[in-house]
Amino acid sequence: MKHIVKIMTLLVGISALWFGLLMTSMVPSSHTLLLPIYFITCLGCYGLLMVGVGLMRFPTCPQEALLLQQDIIEAKDYLKQRGVDVCSE
Amino acid sequence: MAERNKYSIIIPTYNERLNIALVVFLVFKHLWDVDFEIIVVDDGSPDGTQEVVKQLQQVYGEDRILLRARPKKLGLGTAYSHGLKHASGNFVVIMDADLSHHPTYLPSFIKKQLETGANIVTGTRYVKGGGVHGWNLMRKLTSRGANVLAQTLLWPGVSDLTGSFRLYRKSVLEDIISSCVSKGYVFQMEMIVRASRKGYHIEEVPISFVDRIYGSSKLGGSEIVEYLKGLAYLLVTT
Repeated sequence: MKHIVKIMTLLVGISALWFGLLMTSMVPSSHTLLLPIYFITCLGCYGLLMVGVGLMRFPTCPQEALLLQQDIIEAKDYLKQRGVDVCSE
Repeated sequence: MAERNKYSIIIPTYNERLNIALVVFLVFKHLWDVDFEIIVVDDGSPDGTQEVVKQLQQVYGEDRILLRARPKKLGLGTAYSHGLKHASGNFVVIMDADLSHHPTYLPSFIKKQLETGANIVTGTRYVKGGGVHGWNLMRKLTSRGANVLAQTLLWPGVSDLTGSFRLYRKSVLEDIISSCVSKGYVFQMEMIVRASRKGYHIEEVPISFVDRIYGSSKLGGSEIVEYLKGLAYLLVTT
């Protein structure tokens, strides 16, 4: 099944649930009408939270940059001796 | 009896005269006990990249380094297809030439594949053990935002969608590449999402990504628009 179909099915299911709640009036309709707004707001907040948390915990590797510099020196030495052109310009 | 695996490493290049020499040296350093070949797909670089590759062939052997050039810039997807046609290994590694993908991780890709029998092993910068260096806050923010959006919309099953440091079983790569049509890094996303949809076994290994040292980065300005268009396309067609 295509992914978009899965998502549509989910949305249709949620909409049916919401509609059902509206019809049967188990919950006061003033609340029910606002549910989609709450849902979207929550989704937005969750997304922002995920971005924020991810940003804070973004793994960095400064030591790799140093190792890379050493590798580059080693590589340039080896290749220069064997006739490979390794100047940067 | 275990089959002998051969790894074809496809490296597309454009104006990577210095980087390609460094990358080749590092690959040979870290894969000294592995049967592999390097396929350089150069798109007619004006800076003499192909001359440097020929010098490297003198050092390492023309059977280990294949130069399969093209006349001009023809895009990343077709570069992989082109390299694939000349690949004699049963596994294919794709990686960048600019040293942001460090060959020191190649053994971990191979090990992961052997341990799990996976069809694809993809490098991820976003998990513990991996990471980035040389990214300012803005770049991290856009990267993280883009990732969260893609995860929410696509449920891809991998943590790093735009990464292009990957090991594929050759037959799997041939299968996926024929059904992908995007360009640039959206192409990388399309490949991994299609692979996920087709049910291929995908594993991840942490990699570090040090922003390029030499040369100019090929990232441009209209990235965000391209990315969103790519996401929409993937949402609807996969």
